[in-house]
Amino acid sequence: MAGFLLRRAGGILATLLVTSLAVFGSVHLAPGDPATFLLGGRSASPEAVAAIEAQYHLDDPLPVQYVKWAGGVLTGDLGRSVQFRQDVADLILARLPTTLWLVGYAALLIVLVGLTLGALAALRPGAVDRLVLVGTGVATATPAFVAAIGLVSLFSVRLGWFPAFGNGSGLGGRISHLTLPAVALALTFTGLLARVTRASMLEELGRDHVEVARSRGIPGSAVVRRHVLRNALGPITTVTGTVVAGLLVATSIVETAFGLSGIGQLLVGSVTVKDFPVVQAVSLLVVLAFACVNLLVDLAHPLIDPRLSHAKGAAS
Amino acid sequence: MAAPLLDIEDLHVRLAAGRAARPVVDGVSLHVASGETVGLVGESGSGKSVTCRAVLGLLPRGAAATGAVRVDGSDVLAMSAARLRELRRHHVAMVFQDPRAAVNPIRRIGDFVTEGMRAAGVPREAALGRAEDLLESVGIRDPRTALRRYPHEFSGGMLQRVVIAAALAGEPRLLLADEPTTALDVTTQAEVVSILARLRAERAMGMLFVTHDLELAAAICDRVYVMYAGRIVEAQSADGLFARPRHPYTAGLLGATPRLGSELPPRAVPGRPVSLAEAPAGCAFAARCAHALPRCADEQPVQREVGGARVSCLRAEETADD
Repeated sequence: MAGFLLRRAGGILATLLVTSLAVFGSVHLAPGDPATFLLGGRSASPEAVAAIEAQYHLDDPLPVQYVKWAGGVLTGDLGRSVQFRQDVADLILARLPTTLWLVGYAALLIVLVGLTLGALAALRPGAVDRLVLVGTGVATATPAFVAAIGLVSLFSVRLGWFPAFGNGSGLGGRISHLTLPAVALALTFTGLLARVTRASMLEELGRDHVEVARSRGIPGSAVVRRHVLRNALGPITTVTGTVVAGLLVATSIVETAFGLSGIGQLLVGSVTVKDFPVVQAVSLLVVLAFACVNLLVDLAHPLIDPRLSHAKGAAS
Repeated sequence: MAAPLLDIEDLHVRLAAGRAARPVVDGVSLHVASGETVGLVGESGSGKSVTCRAVLGLLPRGAAATGAVRVDGSDVLAMSAARLRELRRHHVAMVFQDPRAAVNPIRRIGDFVTEGMRAAGVPREAALGRAEDLLESVGIRDPRTALRRYPHEFSGGMLQRVVIAAALAGEPRLLLADEPTTALDVTTQAEVVSILARLRAERAMGMLFVTHDLELAAAICDRVYVMYAGRIVEAQSADGLFARPRHPYTAGLLGATPRLGSELPPRAVPGRPVSLAEAPAGCAFAARCAHALPRCADEQPVQREVGGARVSCLRAEETADD
């Protein structure tokens, strides 16, 4: 087990190294440069441009820039934002709570609604199943920004139930401000999880051991819980993990649509103005989140299915 | 004569409406007395498994069954869900074909063996204690450790013993064995059969043994029913069946069995098995039968007593004298 964790930690570090190189390279390959943005379109003397470039180390060769930046990251210094003239770490920390609330809220909705709908469809073939399939089909195909516009026009403008804009403060304020964004964010992935749950449960429902359980007089609800849902958890966990990690990226659209100042909005804004340090830091954060969630999912799998034990040879 | 433990009377089963709608069991009647081992033999698709499952009220989704399946006089087909659970927990248990598929792979052996008892309200500790005894009685070494293990740590034969132990947990009076040895190695088959036979005798249970292996059925059963295309074509004592098969299909099956010490190669039954849905109006076996007359294809034979056996063949009386 310790060996497994060590190998996985090494894998995560290697992933971060490679992705940081890729992110660093692609940001610099894109046309445009931060100096132009900082000058705000004013014409400046070449000396002024050179001064700005020197201040942000933009005149160094790329490899040198990368090493300087990577060295900073390792010592906890994510650099300074060109746009905000603030430490990147502070920028991110200030916006992280809103994004985490949003992602957590959406993840909760996805798991609760997705599992329920999927299970319902699997256990009630016929009208209910078809209704869920159509509903999840529409949900999966609805882009978050379309959902955002629809939700705002119905629940904010017409009904006035939820605010359309801003972060909100305090628990109640947050929940009421984040409900529409969370629903818009969750919609697509809820449909996805419902379909995965349905398929996975249908596969288990057809297995012999489910019929064996029924043949022994186990009540239907216990059969579903202990033999169908329990055995279907493998694919459901994998998809849930990927979806939750992906929410960090997907928030950018929803945060922009609802005017929430979170990580996603920061990323979009920074890409537009070529704020390299911020883009790099947020990208790394997302990759780190993906790697960690995947690790959690892999750690959970042997608990779900004892045949997938990490400790080889422990089961003699 | 007292009511038999199991009494199936004129059972018809039709699969769900839609594309797959078709009859699979047609007028099956059979009975099993307390303490009796009865074989139900047929090829795959003959309806023997459906018949066997009907005894537990386990029909495919949407299937319609008519007739009566009485266990101790009560009709399973008419039972409420609660009565069915009661029946399955205490009166009838089933051993399935493939133990690897029958045991939930992600739960412990102990969970599997005790699940039925726990559903019947036995406290956890007592159920585990009983599970230990049951595993011991089917020849699992170190049953206490076995309870905490997972199915993938057992061989197929050992796992089938676990399935048998679990089936016995509810002290059933009737044991259904649906091809319990088909998925096992030959060497393990003999062990599992002898365990089944011993436990059946010790507990004076009735057993309905479903198999496609006529010789195996004849070896362990008191009486044997032979099924073809959803109907019972012959029923008689195991000894009689071997000595004097009355139906051409039974004779064909016996002739198709390879034998040690015989110079003659086994003769296959010509043609391929038909299902009930594609069977002709008359005798379903007519197309493959060496003794078939033109009228066999149109006229459905009535089951009747011929020389101590019950046979459904128009020419049973003639061929009996061969």
